This record gives sequence, C-alpha cells and structure tokens, in this order.
Amino acid sequence: MTLSQKIKVALVGNPNSGKTTLFNALTGLNQKVGNFPGITVDKKVGACQISQLASKNKVDTEFIDLPGTYSLYPKSVDESVTFQILCDSKNEHHPNVNIIIADASNLKRSLCLATQVIDLNTPCILALSMMDLITADGVEIDIDLLSDQLGIPVVPINARKKIGIGNLKQAIIKIINDFERPSCFVDIKNLAPELIGNIQNELTLKSDYNAFQIACNYKTITGLSEKEKSHFEGLAKELKFNPKRSQATETVRRYKAIDKLIDACVKYPEFSKNNSLTHKLDNILTHPILGFGIFLAILFLIFQAVFSWSEYPMEIIDNAFAQLSQFVGNSLPQGALNSLIVDGIIAGLGGIVIFIPQIAFLFAFIAILEDTGYMSRVSFITDKLLRGFGLSGRSIIPLLSGAACAIPAVMSARTIPNWKERIITIMVVPLMSCAARLPVYTLLISMMIPANQKWLIFNLQGLTMMGFYLIGFVSAISIAWIMKYILKSKERGYFVMEMPTYKVPDWKTVGLTIFEKVKVFLIDAGKIIVAISIVLWGLSSYGPSDKFQEIEEKYQYSENAEVEIASEKLEASYAGIIGKSIEPVISPLGFDWRIGISLITSFAAREVFVGTMSTIYSVGDADNTKSIREKLMSHKNPNTGEAFFTPAVALSLMLFYAFAMQCMSTLAIVYRETNSWKWPIIQFIYMSLLAYLASFAAYQLLS
Amino acid sequence: MKNLSNLEPGEKAVIDSFSDKELALKLMEMGCLPGERIYIERKAPLGDPIAVSISGYLLSMRKSEAKTIFVNEIK
Repeated sequence: MTLSQKIKVALVGNPNSGKTTLFNALTGLNQKVGNFPGITVDKKVGACQISQLASKNKVDTEFIDLPGTYSLYPKSVDESVTFQILCDSKNEHHPNVNIIIADASNLKRSLCLATQVIDLNTPCILALSMMDLITADGVEIDIDLLSDQLGIPVVPINARKKIGIGNLKQAIIKIINDFERPSCFVDIKNLAPELIGNIQNELTLKSDYNAFQIACNYKTITGLSEKEKSHFEGLAKELKFNPKRSQATETVRRYKAIDKLIDACVKYPEFSKNNSLTHKLDNILTHPILGFGIFLAILFLIFQAVFSWSEYPMEIIDNAFAQLSQFVGNSLPQGALNSLIVDGIIAGLGGIVIFIPQIAFLFAFIAILEDTGYMSRVSFITDKLLRGFGLSGRSIIPLLSGAACAIPAVMSARTIPNWKERIITIMVVPLMSCAARLPVYTLLISMMIPANQKWLIFNLQGLTMMGFYLIGFVSAISIAWIMKYILKSKERGYFVMEMPTYKVPDWKTVGLTIFEKVKVFLIDAGKIIVAISIVLWGLSSYGPSDKFQEIEEKYQYSENAEVEIASEKLEASYAGIIGKSIEPVISPLGFDWRIGISLITSFAAREVFVGTMSTIYSVGDADNTKSIREKLMSHKNPNTGEAFFTPAVALSLMLFYAFAMQCMSTLAIVYRETNSWKWPIIQFIYMSLLAYLASFAAYQLLS
Repeated sequence: MKNLSNLEPGEKAVIDSFSDKELALKLMEMGCLPGERIYIERKAPLGDPIAVSISGYLLSMRKSEAKTIFVNEIK
C-alpha cells in the first residue's frame, strides 16, 4: 500500500492491558463511539495525522479500538467482533497494521493473543505497556531480542505519561513502507494440512494460521458465502477435522513456544515483590466484614452523588430551560408554532438534558471503579448472592443505581460480559424505585396517611415510603429469578475473569467515559425522546376543534380564567378522549378518567403526574403539593358522594406507579442498549401487566 | 484425583487435566495449562468464587468451574 491512502490501524489486546488508555492517547477527543451493526458492542474509531519525519508529509490514520480478548477464538459477541475484523480481509474495518498491546507485567498471557495475531500475517507492532510496573519489580526485558524473535517491531510505551507514543506512530509509517513477513511463530499446518491448504487456495490466503482459524470458525464468519461455508463443512467432515482438539493443541504448542521466548528475553529478580500491594489491599477489600462494609460505603457515596449532589446542577438546568421557554414563548407570536416549540420541543429537550448530571456522576464512579481494578472485586464478593437470581456480581451497580435513575443504570449494564445476565439486569432495573417516583409517592402518601401518625416510634409516612423502595427491590430480584428460567442463552456464561492489580485511575479515561456516555444518551436516546415528547404534546394540546372553540367562547368574557380554560381544554383534548375511553379498563383499579389522562401524560416522565393532576383539578399553583392535596381530597365520588381518593385508590395508584413502565427515556435507552425494539416492548408489556394486577388486587381487596 | 475446588487458600498444585472441553479452551488461553503451577490465593467471603494465582496474575472463577480442573497437589 502507499502512504497517500488512509492507513487503518487496529488496537488489539487483552482486557485491562491499557488498550483504551493508548487509544485515548493516540486519538484524544477525536473519536467516534457507536455500536457495531446489529450488536451492542462498543465500536470506537478515532483519527489522527502522523507526520513523516523525512518528508514532513502528513498521513491520515484511522484507529479502531477492538474489544479486549484473550485469544482469537470467538466465544462471546465481543470476541467475535475482534475475530471477524482481523481474520476477514473483506471486512470494512480490516486493518493495514495491527498494534498489539501487551501488558509487560503479564507478558506470558499477553503473548498468547499477540503471537496469534502475528501469525495472521498482517503487519504488526507490539506495544509493551505497564513497563513502569515491571521496572519497579526489578524485571528486565530484552526488547531487541524480543523484537528479533517475534519478527516484529517492539515499542515500550507508557500511555498515561505519553511516553513512546511518537515512536509508535513512526513505527506505523515504517512498517507500511517495508513489511517483511515474519515466519510463523507456531507451526499449525500439520494439524490439518489438507484442509488448511484447501482453504488457502480457495480464499487466496497467504497465512496458514488464518486458514486454520477459518477451518475452526467458518460457521460464524460473515464474509463467507453460503457456498463456501457448505464446501468447508463437507471438507472438514470428510477429513475428520476436530476443531476443539486442534485449538487445544495449538494453545499448548503456543504456550510452549512462549515459555521458551520468555526464558530467553526476560530476567526475573530472585525475590519478587510482585503484587504485594494488591495482595494487601485484597485482604481488606475482599474481607468478609470489612469488604462488604467498604463496598456498602462506596455504594452509599454513589447513591448520594446520583441522588442528591446531582440535584444542584439539575436545578440549574431546570431553571435555564424554564427561562428559555419563557423567553421563546414571549418572543414568538402566540399560536400553534409557539406552543409546539415551547411545550413540545423545549420541554422535550429539557427532559433529556436534565438527566446529564446523574449520568455524569454515575459514570464518573463506574469509570474510577473499573480503572482502579476494584470492580472485579465487587463481582468477586457479591457473585454468590446474586447468582441464584440469574444475575451476577456485575449486576449490583446497575441494580442499585436504578434506585436513583434507571437511565444511567441501564447504560451501566454494559459492563456485564454475559448476554443473559445483562439482559435480565436491564429488564428489571426500572422496577427499582427511581427518583422520579418520589413526587408521586409523596403526594399520594400524604393523602393516604395523616402526617403525624406513628407506628411504635416510627413515622408511618416514612415507613410507607421505605416499604415502596423495598417493593421495588424485591420485585426486581423476583422477576430476575423468573427470567432466569425463561431466557435461553446463545452463549455459555463463564465467570473465569482476571482480577487486575490495583492502579491509580487514569483521569483522562474517566473524563472521556463521562463525555462518551453523555453524548450517547443525548444523541441516540434523545432523538426518540424528543419525538415522543412532540406526540404527547400534540395529544394534550389538540382535540376536536369544535370542542376547543366552545371552551374559548364560554370564557371569552371572563378574566383570569386561564386555569379553568387549561383544565377544560385538557379534558377535551385527544389525551382527554383517550383518558376517558380507557376509563372502563382502569375503573376496576379505582381510577377515573382524570387519573387516566395523568397516566398517559406521565409517560413522558413519572413526575409529570403531579403537574397533570393539578391542571385537571385546576389548581393554579402546581408547585404547591399542599394545595393539590387539598383539592384532590375534596373531590367527591359522583356515585357515592364520599371522598374519591380513599386509601384504597391512593394505594392502588402508588402500586401502579411502582410497577408500570412510565418512562419513555428508559424505553429509549433500553432500545439503544439492546439494539432492538423487542426488549423495550417486552419490558413495557410485562411491567404494565404487573402494575395492573397489583393495583387491581389492592383496590379490590381494600374497597 | 483432586480438583481445584478441593484445595484451600494457601495450597499449591500443578494442573493435570480438564473435564470440560469447552471451558478448558477458555482456561488454557488464559494461561491455565496442564503442567502449570497454580496457587489458591483466596476465597470470596461466601466461599465461592475463588481467586487463584496463575502465570503471575490473579484469576477468579466459580467453584463449579474450578471443579473441572484436575490437579496434583504439591506438599
């Protein structure tokens, strides 16, 4: 290839090898994050320009950060992506150069994947990370000899301190200009000479090893035609090729060769102080009492951050949007366009932007916990508790942060490697009692229970509130337990997992994680949320025109009747019509059409319930819970003449809000995170059913 | 023959063989090869999973997974 074209470089390496830190150091903010088509594996592509030392020409380079993997054999979706890109030369991301990141403090294991990639015969450069760690431990690596034996350039780097990045970039230019194919590190041709030869001819492959990988995995390669697949299948059968046994033999041979290489190139000190800090920290952090204590303290801190620290920035955002909508509302001429922009678009955007502080706080913590290596200890100590419910140790953070807000919680489930555990976690997280349910609960509890009533020494209102948090948690793990038996998993779940040594977090990585997550939410989920907001706005501000005109005429001579007009218009709107038409369905739950309208509008966000109720009952001041409460309490049931909001109705309504999926933002993010409408639809249906049944039972039993 | 889940923290062993072919591939690529020395670093507070030291790093696995690894204990 010539240097006038764009060079494609893939970053390949084990998880925790420092791959992402290197990617960030190479590309900075110049990166695009998305999903690989059809699956939810992060696809990170970034660009930079490398200036050639000799000619001062700039060369456009595109980096792709491939999912971390321990070998080329695809066992999970993540690994399959890496496999396809590296082994299928027709793949759009197939690289011109591979940078293989090897953790120098874990050289043996790193070299398993590294030598596999080298044997594929694409130009490769080995970047040795964590050199500072091994130097501190007194380990010496003979870089030149290692490079000589592997047949590729080896560049020591420290991505955090930006050491070696320049060398790495120059090595890319150099290897493009003159690439000499190294000989195969491990000879595997004799494992299946005929099959490998045949595949090589058929696909014109230079590398034996690439052909061998295709022989083992032809079924899953997207770049092969059906004809080729069935041809290889027939051939493999005829030659009695056993992929599993061959792979095992290859791995054993590979490690034998690596042992020899390490013996020659690495000098270990007589007394290794290796990992002593990690050992001491683990004594505390995985201790039966201290370990759980510290974990609970960290959880408390996260909860505080997402729940109360984020309140201040959220208030600022809220005020800013209120001022914006007031400004726009006053500047534009009155009419439909004004209403669409102010009540539809600005309100919808405000409803998205408001979540940024919570997402930022949660991901700041998660990035720190991941980067320090503590997250794998969390899995380690909680795995057994959660396993019985179809969840794993990795589910605990998403689950508990769901008690603040389901949106960042669903996004954080991406750290769960197993597909089934991840889907279950995402499906049950919205049952946790999130912050948006609080205003609804506060209003309804105050209607149900007098303020100073006590049970023993406890305030009964507070106890009820706590009870509803408990209901959320218990229902979440119960549903998880049921789903464990229903969901069929395509991939086998393993818990075999590296526990990396503890490290100081890389703040740049933490910052970029926050930036990335906020961006994904704003753009990917934001589109859906704005669209639904506009639909909801249309439903509640439009209705059959004759009805709206009647209302206008009725009040045309009365002053200060805005509150009444708004109330009657909402009743006459399409939302009102839907609310009334679903009354037969919801009356067994004790709800009337007014609540019906609120159920529809609060799909935008649960707390909208309070606002809608105050509009329908024409309470002028929607911020005053007390005045709404009084108005609702004085509302009489037209049939019995008694108070409409009996404790049975209030409890039924609270249960409905506890279980129902009334949050379009969560549905939008579940769609984004699962890459299909199937899961958000199932979630919406099962949660609605649960809500209906719970409310039905409560109302029928109590009234 | 003993399997890895029989060992207590602090005990050392050498890996002999595997009973689960698929899991064996995963374990082997992570450095758990026949002949390799393995050391039980610790157990989780609830007794499961366990953390082992292998090829110079820490690896955690569930007891059910440790059961598939046959080992010879080193006294």
